[in-house]
Amino acid sequence: MTINEKVFKFKVEVILKKGVLDPQGEAIKQSININNLGNILDVKQGKLFELTASSKNRKQAIKEVERICADLLTNSVIEEFKYYEVSE
Amino acid sequence: MIWHKETTLPKVDLVVLPGGFSYGDYLRCGAIAAKSPIMKAVKNFYEIGGFIIGICNGFQILTETKILPGALIPNTNQKFICKDQDLIVANNKTFFTSNFEHNRTISIPIAHHDGQYFLNGPEIEELEQNEGIVLKYRDNPNGSIKDIAGVCSKNKRVIGMMPHPERAVDEKLGSVSGLRMFESVISNF
Repeated sequence: MTINEKVFKFKVEVILKKGVLDPQGEAIKQSININNLGNILDVKQGKLFELTASSKNRKQAIKEVERICADLLTNSVIEEFKYYEVSE
Repeated sequence: MIWHKETTLPKVDLVVLPGGFSYGDYLRCGAIAAKSPIMKAVKNFYEIGGFIIGICNGFQILTETKILPGALIPNTNQKFICKDQDLIVANNKTFFTSNFEHNRTISIPIAHHDGQYFLNGPEIEELEQNEGIVLKYRDNPNGSIKDIAGVCSKNKRVIGMMPHPERAVDEKLGSVSGLRMFESVISNF
């Protein structure tokens, strides 16, 4: 991190696209229903990432986060992502 | 053997990406290995028409680099499946399957947790039209779409498959179908 850079924090959520089977979500749904924890029709399991970026400005940080999401954190064949900036 | 941190390939006729659990399958199977320095050279090798085989985790790496279409996701039964598996040779016009008759049933072991092949609607049709489906499961063990066990690239020079042909090379191991595959490679060079 250089003197001109600031810290920006982001959360990234990755979830399977519609139509992709989610056996983990299905197993969780069955457990919820078997244990009478609630009447849940569908469960999708995703991933949450916290990224702490060091950039000269917010625009640059967002550009980097988008690239990381598309290039590495998700596989566009099966997953989609959204990200948002957080203060802590 | 080429280490993953290398950036160039020596002069080779064939690149084989073997199975394994690169980077502990973190993030997605093959996702981090797909960004290894050597993969740029493998991609270049593909672009100039090189022959490549990806087995199990190697197949996952080839889909993550987009050299092959689709993705491998967890088996529908959420279990690691390790057993001898019957496969159908759906395309025998590749350098890896030319020693088999079309639609022949062969037995090759599988050993994976994330072997469910996925590709969405229009792209699966395109793959079928291009004769990109090389191997299919008999009694689909993992939920793969269209029972797909192995695919090839449009130019038919890159093959990815979840089963392990290298584990079926001697009668003592229960099958020699894998050996026939590697013999196909030799007879095509």
